[in-house]
Amino acid sequence: MAKTQITAEPGIPQIIMSCEFDAPRDLVFRAYTEPELLQQWLGPRDYTMAVKENDVRDGGKWRFVHSDAEGHEYGFHGVFHGDPSPEGIVRTFEYEGAPGHVSMETLTLTDRDGKTLARTVTAFQAVEDRDAMIASGMEHGVHDSDERITELLARLQAG
Amino acid sequence: MKETDQISLVFGALADPTRRAILHRLTEGDATVAELAAPFSMSQPAISRHLKVLERAGLLTRTRRATARLSHLEAEPLREVTTWLARYQRFWDESHERLDELLVALQGEPADDDGPDGSSRARTGGNDDG
Repeated sequence: MAKTQITAEPGIPQIIMSCEFDAPRDLVFRAYTEPELLQQWLGPRDYTMAVKENDVRDGGKWRFVHSDAEGHEYGFHGVFHGDPSPEGIVRTFEYEGAPGHVSMETLTLTDRDGKTLARTVTAFQAVEDRDAMIASGMEHGVHDSDERITELLARLQAG
Repeated sequence: MKETDQISLVFGALADPTRRAILHRLTEGDATVAELAAPFSMSQPAISRHLKVLERAGLLTRTRRATARLSHLEAEPLREVTTWLARYQRFWDESHERLDELLVALQGEPADDDGPDGSSRARTGGNDDG
């Protein structure tokens, strides 16, 4: 089971995310770059995602649009920098609801005995941009409980 | 106070391992400064300084019982912080779960009847729609 680790430290305009997949690196790279594959996994299940543009090369543009059941659309776009390869992808990222707030994502894919570690470092222009991005949560609600808090503390404690 | 300012204060308070340990202890119940200081090789004034930071972040309140001052955990700011990150976390958890399933399906696709040693890759795509 994919387990996503997200680190967002206070005061640092950055999010680090990692997740290991039980699949070879080339295949994971395909899943991150081929539109018909991307559309099958990127975003929550109750949203649809359309790849409008995905020119995977240095200077190439990408644009994805997520739509919820009520038809609200959330567009994101950016540009690839450097040659995207199974070793990694560097691209800019901008939510169309907040133009001018651009972040830069560096995805690295590392082979781990046939499994693949995907690690994304996102650098924001300012801590406020990072916090706003997280606060939006990409519009996805969540229920919480006191157990979550105890769990959080236990986890913080272990860290 | 803006929501993010509150969150920054909470994160600032959580950034320190001693303060996290104090909060963890308080999930078991209210405690005096002496009780909180006991597990650490730290003076009570040093612990008191940590308690002040936690108090400012809204993570604890202090009450008096007889001569003792008791610290009490206030969980609400933590709830905000967990919710804050949880929404984002949930987006990616769900995406990566779907990617995981897709990768399994893709690897099952070229149905090579039986590998040279079929044991480890005997993973025929189960039809359990989530």
